[in-house]
Amino acid sequence: MIINRIQMLGQSVLSTVSRLGQASVFLYQIILTMPGVFLRPALIIKQLHSTGVQTLIIILVAGGFIGMVLALQSYYVLVDFGAEDSISQMVVLSLMRELGPVITGLLFAGRAGSALTAEIGLMKSTEQLSGMEMMAIDPMQRVLAPRILSGFLAMPLLTAVFMAVGVLGAYVVSVHGFGIFEGVFWSLAQTKVDFYTDLMNGMIKSVVFGLVIVWIAVFEGYDSMPTSEGLGQATTRTVVHGSLAVLGLDFLLTALMYGDI
Amino acid sequence: MSFGWGSRKIFNNISLDIPRGKVTAIMGPSGTGKTTLLKLIGGQLTPSQGSIEMDGNNVHQLSRKDLYQLRKRMGMLFQSGALLTDINVFDNIAYPIREHTDLDESLVRSLVLMKLNAVGLRGARDLMPAELSGGMARRVAMARAIALDPVMVMYDEPFTGQDPISMGVLVNLIRSMNKSLHLTSIVVSHDVPETMSISDYIYLISGGTVVAKGTPDELRNSSDPWVQQFIEGQSDGPVPFHYAASPLMQDLLQE
Repeated sequence: MIINRIQMLGQSVLSTVSRLGQASVFLYQIILTMPGVFLRPALIIKQLHSTGVQTLIIILVAGGFIGMVLALQSYYVLVDFGAEDSISQMVVLSLMRELGPVITGLLFAGRAGSALTAEIGLMKSTEQLSGMEMMAIDPMQRVLAPRILSGFLAMPLLTAVFMAVGVLGAYVVSVHGFGIFEGVFWSLAQTKVDFYTDLMNGMIKSVVFGLVIVWIAVFEGYDSMPTSEGLGQATTRTVVHGSLAVLGLDFLLTALMYGDI
Repeated sequence: MSFGWGSRKIFNNISLDIPRGKVTAIMGPSGTGKTTLLKLIGGQLTPSQGSIEMDGNNVHQLSRKDLYQLRKRMGMLFQSGALLTDINVFDNIAYPIREHTDLDESLVRSLVLMKLNAVGLRGARDLMPAELSGGMARRVAMARAIALDPVMVMYDEPFTGQDPISMGVLVNLIRSMNKSLHLTSIVVSHDVPETMSISDYIYLISGGTVVAKGTPDELRNSSDPWVQQFIEGQSDGPVPFHYAASPLMQDLLQE
């Protein structure tokens, strides 16, 4: 009984390591095809539209509400200490350092990541990728690489939009809701935020998250079983693994950027 | 050539010659690896033993670049059609031409319209793949398979799921295109009458080996009971109707 469980555990670890190796080789092969993708910017622009522009609405709505909720919660705590004027500092730092890249990453994994997996999985199950290979067209270069690149480019842009809308949401609640003086709100937001430590670190996080999410999404789609059940499982794995990767990497990057661990 | 998935052998030391300019059919029961054979010929899969040659080139020893060059001389009609679903019929046919040539768009247009005319679908050029019937999708895929003027075209189950009119159209197209474009055609199918009507030579494969080969007439006159059962579509014979089981009475009386 115990030996069986140890065997199952070993098998599971081996399978995970093997899959990670496959995914790494897969990414390496895609990176090798990248130079050819830059010669066809239309492919990247098309993918930027589907991964970036079509994710914009959910980012705008979520960013606005999260900024407003942050302002509400911050006010209720800070008002006890007579420090409610510091709302903007708290909200802006939270958004730029953590919530901006992390929540954008989670939403991106759910919206764009799952769509990418489904699209590529369906292309595989309907033999579109095999068809391209037989037409002597490399699907890695024409289909997969532009998608990886678009995620890499779209995530920082979406994160910037999320942060901006979040700050605006906080502004509306703080200035028009709680009567915080407008000049104080904006001057604290400006003086207490460091361009490199806060904004750039948040942007670096978003680039890393974007790359990891599209890597997972594209690999899961390409590696999916060509059945409806297999496609469903692959889409689920993209969202689960993508979200967990964002949270895990966020801890790692935060420790490297701000901590002394 | 031999090939298998893990420990499961699909082909065991199988040997086939595909003569130039002819229609060669590969037939056999479902699950015998007919589609796998086409993928092996196209270099999408690699045999575990032996080799596959096309025009003197060992397909699996070519570099990636040379393999892609060779594939430009092969066309393949997939069972599903494998049309790109996000672009229309015209762009599907134009896709390989635009990818591999620097032709002017006006010339690309003329070429695409000629290919579509050959399969009778010039008028459907603006339709999306989702708007096509199964038979039309196969014909569009056929036009795409000949877009780069290949020397060889492989057809994977071209007749499956087609109504009698579509099937008749496809049968005639395969035969007429082979003749007019001087193609070498490989037709993988288990639709016996249609395939036999257009083939010059037939290989029957089962259990990983070639069980019979010859012209359609030779196979019709074969005394091999397996061949007769397959060609005549008899439900019982060397391939039993019943899956291996204990006697019926014993099963019924068992609590």
